[in-house]
Amino acid sequence: MSTTNLNADNHAEEHHGAPSGIMRWLLTTNHKDIGSLYLLFSLLMFFIGGGMAMVIRAELFQPGLQIVEPDFFNQMTTVHGLIMVFGAVMPAFVGLANWMVPMMIGAPDMALPRMNNWSFWILPFAFLILLMSLFMEGGGPNFGWTFYAPLSTTYSNDSTALFVFSVHIMGISSIMGAINVIVTIFNLRAPGMTFMKMPLFVWTWLITAFLLIAVMPVLAGAVTMVLTDKYFLTSFFSAAGGGDPVMFQHIFWFFGHPEVYIMILPAFGIISQIVPTFSRKKLFGYSSMVYATASIALLSFVVWAHHMFTTGMPLAGELFFMYCTMLISVPTGVKVFNWVATMWRGSLTFEVPMMFSIAFIVLFTIGGFSGLMLAITPADFQYHDTYFVVAHFHYVLVTGAIFSIMAGAYYWLPKWTGYMFDEKLAKAHFWLSLVSVNVLFFPMHFVGLAGMPRRIPDYATQFADFNAVISIGGFAFGLSQLLFVAVVYKCIKGGEKATDQVWEGAEGLEWEVPSPAPYHTFETPPDIK
Amino acid sequence: MRLNMTKGVTDISASVYDLHMIIFYICCVIGIVVFGIMFWSIIHHRKSKGVKPANFHESTKVEILWTAIPFVILIAMAFPATKTLIEMEDTSDADLTVQVTGSQWKWHYRYFEHELDYYSLLATPQAEIRNERAKSANYLLEVDRPLVIPTGQKVRFLITSDDVIHSWWVPEFAIKKDANPGFINEAWTRVNEPGIYRGQCAELCGKDHGFMPIVVIAKEPAEFKKWMAEQTAIAKQAKEEEQKLLAMNMSMEELMTLGEKAYMANCAACHQANGQGIPGVFPALKDSAIALGDVKQHIDIVVNGRAGTAMQGYGKQLGLKDLAAIVTYERNAWGNNTGDAVQAAAINEFLAGK
Amino acid sequence: MNNNEYEKYYVPAQSPWPIVGAIGLFCIAFGAGNYVNDVKNEVTGFGGYLLLAGIAIIIFMLVGWFRNVIDESMAGMYSKQLDRSFRQGMSWFIFSEVMFFCAFFGALLYARVFSIPWLGGASNNAMTHEVLWPAFEAIWPLTTTPSGQVTEAMGWNGLPLINTIILLISSVTCHFAHVGLEQDKRKQLKWGLGITVLLGVIFLFLQVEEYTHAYQEMGLMLSSGMYGNTFYLLTGFHGLHVTLGTIMLFIMFLRIVIKDHFTPENHFGFQAASWYWHFVDVVWVCLFIFVYIM
Ligand code: HEA
Ligand code: HEA
Ligand code: CUA
Ligand SMILES: [Cu+2]
Repeated sequence: MSTTNLNADNHAEEHHGAPSGIMRWLLTTNHKDIGSLYLLFSLLMFFIGGGMAMVIRAELFQPGLQIVEPDFFNQMTTVHGLIMVFGAVMPAFVGLANWMVPMMIGAPDMALPRMNNWSFWILPFAFLILLMSLFMEGGGPNFGWTFYAPLSTTYSNDSTALFVFSVHIMGISSIMGAINVIVTIFNLRAPGMTFMKMPLFVWTWLITAFLLIAVMPVLAGAVTMVLTDKYFLTSFFSAAGGGDPVMFQHIFWFFGHPEVYIMILPAFGIISQIVPTFSRKKLFGYSSMVYATASIALLSFVVWAHHMFTTGMPLAGELFFMYCTMLISVPTGVKVFNWVATMWRGSLTFEVPMMFSIAFIVLFTIGGFSGLMLAITPADFQYHDTYFVVAHFHYVLVTGAIFSIMAGAYYWLPKWTGYMFDEKLAKAHFWLSLVSVNVLFFPMHFVGLAGMPRRIPDYATQFADFNAVISIGGFAFGLSQLLFVAVVYKCIKGGEKATDQVWEGAEGLEWEVPSPAPYHTFETPPDIK
Repeated sequence: MRLNMTKGVTDISASVYDLHMIIFYICCVIGIVVFGIMFWSIIHHRKSKGVKPANFHESTKVEILWTAIPFVILIAMAFPATKTLIEMEDTSDADLTVQVTGSQWKWHYRYFEHELDYYSLLATPQAEIRNERAKSANYLLEVDRPLVIPTGQKVRFLITSDDVIHSWWVPEFAIKKDANPGFINEAWTRVNEPGIYRGQCAELCGKDHGFMPIVVIAKEPAEFKKWMAEQTAIAKQAKEEEQKLLAMNMSMEELMTLGEKAYMANCAACHQANGQGIPGVFPALKDSAIALGDVKQHIDIVVNGRAGTAMQGYGKQLGLKDLAAIVTYERNAWGNNTGDAVQAAAINEFLAGK
Repeated sequence: MNNNEYEKYYVPAQSPWPIVGAIGLFCIAFGAGNYVNDVKNEVTGFGGYLLLAGIAIIIFMLVGWFRNVIDESMAGMYSKQLDRSFRQGMSWFIFSEVMFFCAFFGALLYARVFSIPWLGGASNNAMTHEVLWPAFEAIWPLTTTPSGQVTEAMGWNGLPLINTIILLISSVTCHFAHVGLEQDKRKQLKWGLGITVLLGVIFLFLQVEEYTHAYQEMGLMLSSGMYGNTFYLLTGFHGLHVTLGTIMLFIMFLRIVIKDHFTPENHFGFQAASWYWHFVDVVWVCLFIFVYIM
């Protein structure tokens, strides 16, 4: 693949190390710096979004209105969803991609380093705008993270414009980030690193990046139409002018459903790296993993209307979307089975990344099962817009995406910092999180089935007991995350020195370079066996 | 403390419940098998037990097998699901049709075959919501005028909305259908047992989304008939009274007392009890150009609403007397001392003038 | 030509441009958000100024950034591999633009195939028509909306047809210029590119003409229901892209005429602009078919 003489290392060229001071971070073009920025930003956003979740849980601790007004409650729900999705999970995965993809494929850096920096620095500004909108006269966005029209158009407050433009620039950032990942993977692999030799994390990110480029512009289109409907008298989402409020939902979910897979495919990649390491056995069914990922991505474009079963689509539409949605279980199942088969007759040890991965496999699958139940249209009429849905997506997002991010962070932290983390503290973090997260989200299934709608600040008394339990679980889970911060902080400061390989069973390019990884890793491409 | 989905009181809701249980059990079985194998490995294949890792990492046969088996299971699930869905969507040959219209934040019911329509509002007092009084048994699930339908007959609902999207949900009937402004969705039910069934709006529709419950009373057909006769008679009488009213003049006090009551029930949710609105969202009425300006314009906006905003038209929701009282109240409360007493006749004239 | 020193992948050192760009976007987004509210609420605020400042910052950033890139490229610091990165990056960017237009074409298709027929009683919406919009007739172009607003549809012959021809020709001249560049025929390159830019400007001029006509004589406005909505958003966004494309080509033109940039082997900047131009062209053809003719 190389027409150029890549091995001619030139000693005349200055080896720029890490510059110092704040300017290092503002102006950096280094994939590791940018990766760290993304990861820290996402952690900050996780806490802000989590803080909002705590407001939600505090209000729902008891029936009746205690702490916040209903309109503010809706703002908390909305911004919690937006921040967690766009501010916490997505940037965390982009951060991991920035750090790991070039190291895994033997590339000198990301393909377009300056643009990489731009993608990152847009984000703090985008979320600054979103958060500022909460302080506007009339309050912030209060129409749910799905911003259904006409609630978000004719009936919304002035913050809508800020919301729209902040989503626009978030989208620009994601698209540029995704372009960078795709181009890096296509163009910067070391000689010998064929597609079917790439680590699965790289594969899943390649496909995720494709999804991002395909759907973020559609989201941009959706918010643009919301903007024109509200401010420029169009009627895309109003029957009076020949439009349809349901059309908004079609456009939004055409983005929205692939979006949820954007938040889980990289997680699959991470788990597929970790499980073989601690099983000391190669990943079972590498190629079927790749095909399964691709099938999930393709199917994700034809299932969007499963979020809209109650909107009164024609019967044929409901059937089509039900069948396609059910189909997604097949490739996802292949992944789960492959992980189990990798562990089967391995030689297992249970370090913290592995513990999070095992928790991921079990709890994500539970979330997947409730997803499958939601896919059954007649039953979805009963589940839709209840806490059963809230339970479903928190299982796939919190014990899925977030747990995989935690697993990845613990897995690669020694490589990033050069030190082992505090194992005891990390184990405490794991066990506390595992127990509290289930106290938090499992009872949501019950209140949902019993009939509690989502997005309400107050509820009928029969839901009171479970909600109190859920809230307590929520506070416990939130507090447990402080331990994570402590572990990361300590690990950056120092600790037992990490070896190059770090984990006994670890294989791959990233484990062949020193820990911490040098500022510029592969200025000359490595040899691939 | 209920843990599971309701079985409900219709044949459809029972089959939905069965569907839910079948799929739940299938998932449980798959879960037990998959997690069972995994935990077996976790227990028996540990390094600490001195296990050497095996070498296999591929098997086309197994992989095809575990692609095919879930596929077959899914097909088996799809059959009953499809059957139930087709049944649910068949709204033909109804015995009774009710138009259900959602608006912020109440429901409106109109019987197609009868001269009867009315609004149904949350009946839980603010004091209970604000924790100033103990909560009653049906806290947040009680309304002033429930919908009444006959048992054993096919009742069709035509569901729509005046403003944002709402969703009409009664779990016991397994009906949840969005109320989309400008479009009509259909749903139907045939209730097997008389009783009181409670539901809620299930689509985020703004500030008071959590406070727009649904109560349906199912009565034996004979009783339903009796009820319907009574209600239509009352409605007719009310209309006649209203005509009489046009000749009468109410005093300022009467108008203001009635006006305050009607304002609190209908307008205060947005414009607030103190008439100051919510800056940036709902305009203030205190010292506003409308409330102090031309009476005709004021009546117009109350009766017809303002297109493209959250202000709905109250012309068809409220009686002449209430409308007159509200306008009067708004023109004289909170220091808006215009001194105008607007009479029902004025509203009637306005309506007729159109 | 091949400067051995940089035959490895060039990773630029620190750069001030991205953060400037991020601040620029912030000003645009925050400014625009405040500006539309100011207009709606009929007050004067800082929104408009911030928006303009943001645009200025972005232009400043683009000039500086591209100057850096051009200098590096002219200094021979870029390898073949890096050139490929740029090309692939540009292709994916264009793909994202395609998807952006898909959202609006999707809206158009949805209105025509679903929402408007449904309002007229099709599919499972018989009652929608009977109860809510009994007077509405479902036809496209939607010259009378369900609420009774009347407008006139834009015909396809006349200006739109002329514009189609102009854009198609411009695509050919652009290609002609590219061939000239590859065969090192500089004159062909200059003429081809010059004409392309000119055609772009004429297109834009006629487009403005068409809008004026629509607003002043036909009563076809952005607010004229679904027909006007899709018409203006699709042609409007397309127009913006033509503007951008014309500017890009014009800059390439200046680089060629004034600085004598680009060689047959090394002309990514030109290539990107021309790809963009062809993309804008294809979008127009779709527009012409779906918005004007069908
Ligand atoms: C990471 C995010 C993520 C993921 C991975 C998924 C995965 C799935 N989701 Fe989920 N979903 C969300 C995030 C996600 N979802 C969110 C955020 C919402 C709510 C949005 C909102 O309204 O705010 C939502 C809502 C949602 C709905 C709409 C509910 C409603 O509003 O009424 C539906 C309906 O079909 C659904 C289905 C599914 C299905 C079928 C899967 C499948 O991909 C799951 C597949 C996995 C398995 C099935 C488990 C493993 C498989 C096996 C062990 C094989 C054998 C199994 C069988 C044959 C059963 N999801
Ligand atoms: C990846 C995405 C993600 C993540 C990680 C989470 C995490 C959490 N979510 Fe969220 N959630 C969504 C995505 C996510 N959520 C989405 C998309 C919605 C739908 C929005 C909508 O309807 O529009 C939603 C909605 C939603 C609701 C429903 C609201 C409603 O319908 O009205 C609730 C209710 O309990 C909830 C709770 C929580 C809790 C308790 C956590 C916890 O896991 C959070 C834990 C983290 C912290 C708490 C922060 C860290 C700790 C501190 C700050 C220390 C201080 C701690 C204390 C004071 C205790 N979420
Ligand atoms: Cu009406 Cu929610
Ligand atoms: Cu989905």
